[in-house]
Amino acid sequence: MYTAEFLMPRLGRSVRGPAYDWEKHFYGFVVDTTACIGCGRCVAACKAENGVPDGFYRTWVERYRITEHEEVLVDSPRGALDGFSEIESAAKVVKSFFVPKLCNQCSKPNCVQVCPVGATYQTKDGVVLVDDRYCVGCSYCVQACPYGARYIDHHGRGVADKCTWCYHRLVKGLLPACVLACPVGARKIGDLRDPESEVSTILREKRVNILKPEIGNEPRAYYLGLDKEVR
Amino acid sequence: MHEIATQGFAYPNELHVAWSVMIALYPYITGLVAGAFIVSSLYHVFGDKDLKPVGNMALVAALCFIMFCMTPLLFHLGQPFRCFNIMFTPNLMSAMSIFGYICFFYMGILLVEIWLVFREDIVQRSKEGFIIKRWFYWLLALGVTEMTDESRVLDKKIVGVLAAVGIPSACILHGYVGFIFGAVKSNPWWSTPLMPLIFLLSAIVSGIAVLILMYMIAMKLTKRAVSLACIQSLCKYFWGFLIIDLTLEGLEVLTMGYEGEESWGILSQLMTGKLALSYIWIQGIIGSMIPLVLLGIVTLRPLKDRSKVIFATVSAAMILIQVFAMRWNVVIGGQLFSKSLRGFTDYNLSLFGKEGLLMSLILFSLPFITFYICTLIFPVFKDSGEVKAGG
Repeated sequence: MYTAEFLMPRLGRSVRGPAYDWEKHFYGFVVDTTACIGCGRCVAACKAENGVPDGFYRTWVERYRITEHEEVLVDSPRGALDGFSEIESAAKVVKSFFVPKLCNQCSKPNCVQVCPVGATYQTKDGVVLVDDRYCVGCSYCVQACPYGARYIDHHGRGVADKCTWCYHRLVKGLLPACVLACPVGARKIGDLRDPESEVSTILREKRVNILKPEIGNEPRAYYLGLDKEVR
Repeated sequence: MHEIATQGFAYPNELHVAWSVMIALYPYITGLVAGAFIVSSLYHVFGDKDLKPVGNMALVAALCFIMFCMTPLLFHLGQPFRCFNIMFTPNLMSAMSIFGYICFFYMGILLVEIWLVFREDIVQRSKEGFIIKRWFYWLLALGVTEMTDESRVLDKKIVGVLAAVGIPSACILHGYVGFIFGAVKSNPWWSTPLMPLIFLLSAIVSGIAVLILMYMIAMKLTKRAVSLACIQSLCKYFWGFLIIDLTLEGLEVLTMGYEGEESWGILSQLMTGKLALSYIWIQGIIGSMIPLVLLGIVTLRPLKDRSKVIFATVSAAMILIQVFAMRWNVVIGGQLFSKSLRGFTDYNLSLFGKEGLLMSLILFSLPFITFYICTLIFPVFKDSGEVKAGG
């Protein structure tokens, strides 16, 4: 009953290791904010998979609480690595929800534009990567990213790092660690070239939104149920 | 890892301020280059004879500053040994990538201009003194030890051309530094087309300010008389450029506030909260208004010589602090608020370490030490008047 396919879900039918052709794929990500329960397992999985240093995050989860006085309280303690604890609030909370964040792999990425040495680049399958053997660690990309998705660990390798949607797994046909770890399916990744993929179907049939559309970066992480308070 | 205080909400990766004081020091030193060069050009190109005493000094100072303007960047880079990647394989779409080219081009102009200005002195020194000194100056003269009237005229012509080319270069150099910040669209505190202009104007005023101070100190140390005509002329330019600079700085904030975009809420809190001391008081009220009034008095009112010198010196010192505060407020201030526009983070300037206060002071002193060495090699003050009798 529990087949290997179930234990290690595959991304798509045609995505397989050595024969991988990046021109045949183009990835999109969907975050369902109505499903996320803020458990933080995605953050922990990401840390473990990618060796993300302490104090930095390739992905994190934000908690929004809106009180009866329309006060917006946002937090993300340690990026929600340990989930969230309950907070006593004097005002009545009338609306609350969790928003997972990760690199948006923008179609027009600021980070790629500003990198002075071209160490940050866009792959043909639509993921933005950093060549850590070439990055000079100037932090210009960190400043340019509107979403706070990048970091430089100056006490570590001294180069820029960020979420790659687990590109090393994608090219092997495996799901990103966070998608795999999410117990409620709030994170979905799919091949936009495959009209039958779940992400393609959602984009076709549901109302989705993106973060900070006014910046003009055209992110490819799409959000279901995105509240106006989320930036 | 020590805990960093935040107020409100900041994206988790924003708790660490990515650009340290080194990145504030970088445009500060670069600005001094541009400003000092503009002053030298006022003499060499526009023929303001009153500025003769500082004309050559300004050139040498500009060279000393430009030699170290990229050093703070090296201290900041996560991988400093890869720094030449920026010049060997630049991504030309990046606003940062061509700084190296502009900087070295400009350094070339300065080197050639200084060489031509002091060529006669170099040639002369290559023929006198003990052998090592003669060799040293012979090398500096590039082996050309003949000076004719024709060559002097040609040298002067080339200096004029280089100084003229240097003016737009100086403007590009520092306007470009402003563009590096102004072109970051994700940061509302930086993203304004006025940024290059503000950087350029503040660069010019800081350059004039540092020259006034260096001139005063140099004259004191070399026991020469301060040229009041020179101080008066410098103050006139100083005041004029300061008026334009402060107008632009004011217009920038006025526009932001008047438009009242989404980011204005956090920016106004930034100005009145985290940056209250460095922005409102140091950059705004004390650092701008007092020099503005003092320089206005020097320019417009008849004053005793001593008062003129004191007013100019005080204004110069205050503007040097004001412009550094401006760089700090832009670079550090722009990272103190979250791009979520919901909160703030803190920047703690450490005393030690490669990006600490002590290192900043050491780095900032290097151009002045180099300037002192230059005064031993070239007659930098040859046009700055005679040494006082008995001095």
